[in-house]
Amino acid sequence: MSSQTTTRRKVANALFGLLAFLAIFASLVTLVALLIDVVARGGSSVDLQFFTSAPSRIPAKAGILPALVGTLWVTTLVAIMTFPIGVAAAIYLEEYAGRGRWSRLLRINISNLAGVPSIVYGIFGLALFVRLLGLGRTVFAAALTLSLLILPVVIISSMEAIRAVPPSQREAAYALGATRWQMVRRALLPAAAPGILTGIVLAVGRAVGETAPLILIGAVTFVTFVPVNPFEDKYTVLPIQIFNWAGRPQAAFQEISAAAILVLLVLMFLLNLVAVILRARLSRTIQW
Amino acid sequence: MNEREPVTKPSVSQIGASAPSGATEATSASSKNPALLLENVSCWYGGFRAVREVSLAIPRNKVTALIGPSGCGKSTLLRSINRMNDLVPGFRMEGEIAFEGTSVHARATDVIDLRRRVGMVFQKPNPFPKSIFENVAFGLRLLGETTGIDALVEESLRAAALWDEVKDKLDQPGLSLSGGQQQRLCIARAIAIRPEVILMDEPCSALDPKSTLQIEELMRKLIRDYTIVIVTHNMQQAARASDYTVFLTMGDDRAGYVVEQGETGKIFTAPQQQLTADYVSGRFG
Ligand SMILES: Nc1ncnc2c1ncn2[C@@H]1O[C@H](COP(=O)(O)OP(=O)(O)O)[C@@H](O)[C@H]1O
Ligand SMILES: [Mg+2]
Repeated sequence: MSSQTTTRRKVANALFGLLAFLAIFASLVTLVALLIDVVARGGSSVDLQFFTSAPSRIPAKAGILPALVGTLWVTTLVAIMTFPIGVAAAIYLEEYAGRGRWSRLLRINISNLAGVPSIVYGIFGLALFVRLLGLGRTVFAAALTLSLLILPVVIISSMEAIRAVPPSQREAAYALGATRWQMVRRALLPAAAPGILTGIVLAVGRAVGETAPLILIGAVTFVTFVPVNPFEDKYTVLPIQIFNWAGRPQAAFQEISAAAILVLLVLMFLLNLVAVILRARLSRTIQW
Repeated sequence: MNEREPVTKPSVSQIGASAPSGATEATSASSKNPALLLENVSCWYGGFRAVREVSLAIPRNKVTALIGPSGCGKSTLLRSINRMNDLVPGFRMEGEIAFEGTSVHARATDVIDLRRRVGMVFQKPNPFPKSIFENVAFGLRLLGETTGIDALVEESLRAAALWDEVKDKLDQPGLSLSGGQQQRLCIARAIAIRPEVILMDEPCSALDPKSTLQIEELMRKLIRDYTIVIVTHNMQQAARASDYTVFLTMGDDRAGYVVEQGETGKIFTAPQQQLTADYVSGRFG
């Protein structure tokens, strides 16, 4: 091995390190710049009144209460619906479906669904839930639509978590006389739980920020009351409230729009924090 | 400890009667009524034959060691006994394995029940990411036991010579134990449901010499209540810890077959076959 190739390899190594650093640096700088901008413009508008008021034509009196409650409603319903369905689908595909043509087809389709633009889910939700099933422009219809949107992501991340459990764990359970379902229930799921939960929380975080499909299925842009009945009431959510305010010419609305962005960011941050904590707590005992 | 009715089926006596010479040799004095009887067992992974026409008798309340070079089908054979190979796509077995007189592959045989009666300890310790207590209680919970679990867990940990080391930390994760302790935990987990046979697949290959000796000592104690089949590539271990030894090797087609079987003392001091002599003296394998 000549010293020349060694030098070249070292240079290539250093260059790649620099590139990786620049990539991280660029994304971090963008994020920090965005945060600073949002805080500078909207920080002063975030006060108690902002959380407890409904939107108003007068920016100083406007608040995000209906949108915040709408977002919490939708998020909770999405989490409740996607958890069992997503995990069950992942268990089926990983442990029951085998590796035949049919299951390969299913897998490929789920991966494709994860890449479908969210607006398409909006069109589908409008046709199926809002019109055909007659659910109307309700929280429930929104939750169903967003559930469909994130289900592929939940299924894929749950499958990965299940696949990450070493085969020796399955064997240990089977060798003790476990049925397949006992193996899944008592060995596989507890071991995969940290990964599954993290995936779900992150996917739900994606649903929190979705705007486009909800515009289509009729989240209202000006709601002055808090939705109480998810099957009946009109609703709005934070991203749509932001969209609405940001589109207005007055500077004061721009400010409360920034304030709402700040709240949304904090909400997402909290969700991600929950994911990290869950993962750390649950996997403390799991180190293969 | 296990008081089960001996199952006697016509087919069984046939198996015993027609056992080939290899098996009858091992069926000397102490094992007229073996716990396990393998006859003409061949195993395939897809089109590849991993084991060819193996016949042996596994005597009750003894340690039987399967030795032989890596890849000669020892694990395959062992895993066929409790049908763990059912989980391997493309696996196929021919021949007969009779456990207490009943074919393990018979349609009437319940594989769940079979695995409860024939426990297994794996090469790499594989405790569950649960507490020490829950690891041992796992099989009991599968059976739906709700009472007497505490006592059974203690009894099993004592039987696995682990109780004194863990009695004050039963709620700590099983994975926090050392490798040797983890393997004894796996043994405790296996014996908690009171199997009749324990299959061990190179249980010491990941362990240090001290833990290895502890497990060998443990095996000698356990055969009072259990029949043990151990796969090992450690010649000294087979010589020290087993009563019977089965030597396998593989042919040109890489299918494993039995070269010689018999009392461990004989296999190591007066082998009948040149291959065996070469192997046990460490000249190949
Ligand atoms: N799951 C499997 N699929 C295909 N071939 C296998 C599988 N397991 C083992 N084999 C093959 O079967 C032969 C015997 O393997 P094994 O029983 O593990 O041998 P040993 O335990 O004696 O080392 C080897 O050639 C191995 O490659
Ligand atoms: Mg092996």
